[in-house]
Amino acid sequence: MPDLQKLLPPPMRRPPKPGHPGGNGAPPAGDGAVTDGAPASPKTDDPGRRLTTGVKDSPADLVGWVDERMGGASFLTAMLMRKVPKGTNWFYTLGSATLFAFVVQAVTGVFLAMYYTPSPVEAYASITHLTNDVFLGEFVRGMHKWGASVMVILVFVHMARTFFFGAYKYPRELNWVIGVVLLILTMVMGFTGYLLPFDQRSYWATIVGVNINGTGPIVGPYLSDFLRAGPEFGATTLARFYAIHMLLVPGAIIALIGAHLYLVVKLGTTAPPWLRADRKPKDARSQPVDAFAGGSYGSGDGSAK
Amino acid sequence: MKPVGYFEGESMTRRKVFAVAGGALGGIAGAAIVLPALGFAIAPIFDEPEEDWQAVGPLDDFVPETYVPRVITIVQGIGEAGKTTVYVRRGSADLGEDPDSYIAISTRCAHLGCPVRFVQAAGNFICPCHGGVYGFQGEVIGGPPVRPLDRFQTRVTDDLVEIGPRYSVTSQLEPVRARDPGEFTGGVWEYLYPPRPSTAPAP
Repeated sequence: MPDLQKLLPPPMRRPPKPGHPGGNGAPPAGDGAVTDGAPASPKTDDPGRRLTTGVKDSPADLVGWVDERMGGASFLTAMLMRKVPKGTNWFYTLGSATLFAFVVQAVTGVFLAMYYTPSPVEAYASITHLTNDVFLGEFVRGMHKWGASVMVILVFVHMARTFFFGAYKYPRELNWVIGVVLLILTMVMGFTGYLLPFDQRSYWATIVGVNINGTGPIVGPYLSDFLRAGPEFGATTLARFYAIHMLLVPGAIIALIGAHLYLVVKLGTTAPPWLRADRKPKDARSQPVDAFAGGSYGSGDGSAK
Repeated sequence: MKPVGYFEGESMTRRKVFAVAGGALGGIAGAAIVLPALGFAIAPIFDEPEEDWQAVGPLDDFVPETYVPRVITIVQGIGEAGKTTVYVRRGSADLGEDPDSYIAISTRCAHLGCPVRFVQAAGNFICPCHGGVYGFQGEVIGGPPVRPLDRFQTRVTDDLVEIGPRYSVTSQLEPVRARDPGEFTGGVWEYLYPPRPSTAPAP
């Protein structure tokens, strides 16, 4: 992809392959239109020289300036320029789509919190105010409300993709487990968020939901007392749900998404199952046909798995 | 090879001592934050409620043959969300109850907590959510509920009927400590759903 490589700032380009001075990170000779500082020369392999020439030749190279001090480009290169298995297709974008849905929820949620009052007396009024009176309030709330369903659907489709492609198998079991925890946390978000409008539907749905939690033997009664902050739906139940919804669970989700993505980048993605049968001759069949066979850990698509 | 500073007979190196001490200090610091926060979050489980008695009307308001709906406040300070309807009647000698007692049935469905309604024509309590049906005394006659409707303790003060703490009943209408909806009462269930400090003991 020489064109894409040319568009990237020099530190983020794919590092040259051994034996290919400059690699495909350097522009073809005579391409003077691109202002980059990595001319094809044997010395390009020296990271220090690459950086200094980059800084010298383009003084306004902000990415190079930051990278010289932080060194994040190699991480970004490893993440964005990974090799992906043959047969990678649109199904592999479902994780990214789920991540996008989460980002939408996070951003709209932050702005909804600016108008919402988590008090049993004022919650409903604050919701009607932000829906009917605030500029674009209906739109932002609608994004959050419908986005919640979109996220749940995408989580399940993403999980189905992982299951049917066999992408949960060794060495990716831990990522499946993290994904299951993320699924549960997404459900907790749906449950706690449902109460916040504090209309008749959300009130009674939450009563029913809390009581379902309470039917678990031994711990159930204490669990529902914990959720309600007492034996009845009380003064601090709403505040408790609000804190769980906007602080506790989102923090856990962000941390676990980080771990999820780290494992995707580290382990790479699997090839689609239909490529397994005829990729190699019979005697080589025992070799795994995925990222590990390539010898490079950087293999996979840009999406969560 | 012996570590630097090692001398004969010592069971732990200096480095190891500092590593263990550093880990222990970190653990104490972490516990000092996490344990109070956790206790703060689960404290309501151990709150014991104060007994609260509310008058719902003079004795003559209530008859043995049918229920009269009354609204009481079970949670103070949160407006409408803290109120609930209670169905009250006088004890019926025909049903083997003390005629001088008063019976207050909670509208909280024993299935999952939706509000039941007393339907005069049928003489039944009917839940709108999942189709639970209860007879005149609150006993289950249909649908998913796992036990009869809860009741409230009653007493008479100055010719006024007063409503007190909630309690649950077994299928034989024997009082037990208040339970959440969806939880069975009686027999082994008294142990599988242990008593909660946040509810009043059975009368």
